[in-house]
Amino acid sequence: MKEVFVKYRLVLPLSLWLLIFLVLPYVFILTQSFLASDNFGQVIYDFNIDSYSKFFTNSLYYTTLLRTLFIAVVVATTCVFLSIPLAYFIAFRVKKYKTILYALIVLPFWMSYIVRAYAWKIILGQNGILNSFMMYVGITEEPLEFLLYSNFSVVICLVHIFTPFVAIPIYTAFEQIPKALVEASKDLGAGSWTTLWKVILPLGLPGIISGGTFALVLTMGDFLTPVLLGGPDTLFISNIVQNLFGTSNDKPMGSAVGILMLILILILLEYSGHMERKYASFKSKSY
Amino acid sequence: MITQFKSGLVPVAALAVITFLYFPLIIIVLYSFNADSVSAFPIQSYSLGWYSVMLQNDSLLAAVKNSITVAIVATTLALIVGLPAAYAMHKYDFLGKKTLERIVLMPITLPGIVTGVAMLSFFPLVGVRLSLTAVTIGHITFLSAIMITQLLARFKQLDPFLEQAGYDLGARPLRVFFVVIIPNVKTAIIGAVLLCLVLSMDEIPVTFFLIARENTLPIEIYGMMRRGITPEVNAISTLVFTVSAIAILLSIRLTEQNQKIPK
Repeated sequence: MKEVFVKYRLVLPLSLWLLIFLVLPYVFILTQSFLASDNFGQVIYDFNIDSYSKFFTNSLYYTTLLRTLFIAVVVATTCVFLSIPLAYFIAFRVKKYKTILYALIVLPFWMSYIVRAYAWKIILGQNGILNSFMMYVGITEEPLEFLLYSNFSVVICLVHIFTPFVAIPIYTAFEQIPKALVEASKDLGAGSWTTLWKVILPLGLPGIISGGTFALVLTMGDFLTPVLLGGPDTLFISNIVQNLFGTSNDKPMGSAVGILMLILILILLEYSGHMERKYASFKSKSY
Repeated sequence: MITQFKSGLVPVAALAVITFLYFPLIIIVLYSFNADSVSAFPIQSYSLGWYSVMLQNDSLLAAVKNSITVAIVATTLALIVGLPAAYAMHKYDFLGKKTLERIVLMPITLPGIVTGVAMLSFFPLVGVRLSLTAVTIGHITFLSAIMITQLLARFKQLDPFLEQAGYDLGARPLRVFFVVIIPNVKTAIIGAVLLCLVLSMDEIPVTFFLIARENTLPIEIYGMMRRGITPEVNAISTLVFTVSAIAILLSIRLTEQNQKIPK
């Protein structure tokens, strides 16, 4: 009898906290996205859908969203391509130093985001380490300009930051593949490429999908790397949200863009979760 | 046709990726000892000069202090709110449990920028002005999510008979919790706390929107970066790397320790 109250008492502080400081803020920007703002950036309680129609009619908004999505796909794909050999190596080739190597990919996962962006800035800068190295060795005579403040630098930095997020689920998926299946494939005469292509990748697909989705969603939500390393035309959808809540001071519009981002990301997460389950069903438990 | 990976191909590719992951970190550490103010190749001479410049940068030191304060307060409160909730979510079924589980995951799965602007818009309405207090409240919110996922994972591995034994010996629920449960998940708690401290010290998306005049460390570094390249960032970053690497390795060890995976 008493236990009934105990359990609610235990979750009550958390529930109240999340309600006030997480759920209500989300409900509030959803509401705010349907309001208007005056010339001074003051929010007026006048219900309308102007912000949403502006999003779909003003090309600045939807082209930025499409470009962000495109860069996110590039980043996610690159992360997956880098993670597969790494995960394969640790899962199938290493026995003794597995824990150490695994820790080696987990560690950068937690390493300061801002410092890593800073590192790429001093590496790729016009007078930076890469340019001065190439001129020192004699590969180039003049510093390469496209390295920093371009899509190139944004992609390389995001790939660097998000690869551990992708490598960890892929490694976990590879590790769950019964070694006997890999052996069997080789015994039946399949080469390494065939085994990789026909056995390991299909069975590791849920991990690949989940890792790729992480990189995709994280890139879409990123607003610092474009500011710090991007060029004048590298603007992510998040930067638009940032500006609308900052210098432009149009909170209803900012809220609408934020809500649309959220909807897109929720659809992506739902779809990828669905795909993960779909491909996981091939894996029987009885091995 | 049977093709084998050339035996060296996989290790070389894996090593290349690991190098890519660590190269920028190594660069930061190396150039923190560069005597020159231009970060160019090769380093002409080494010195500790940027560390002493760093120690004279008052706003940087204030930011470090702010970050540490926010991290400690937010982690403590996330633990106080998260631990009992995680235990209840593990042990009981209750009305709205599924909803709560979904909401808890929101700050982890949804983009930080949207959470940030949502809090920025709503906090003033409940009397929380933009300040380090607002930042701390924002941190508690997402840290409690981390705390709960970490602790739930450990609670699931806990032997249910252990708890039952406590009750059979006549202990009351509160006593069972403190004498049986807590000691058994102690390492997981310490691991989760370390993780939360590191995450809070590094958090930007939410902090960015809730900050007023006083900066946290990552926001201060962001500001310094926007003004140009100042090598003292290398020095402070090297320290941040060292401290967070130790905390994370410790956390991994503690979370994995006596982890009993039921076969």
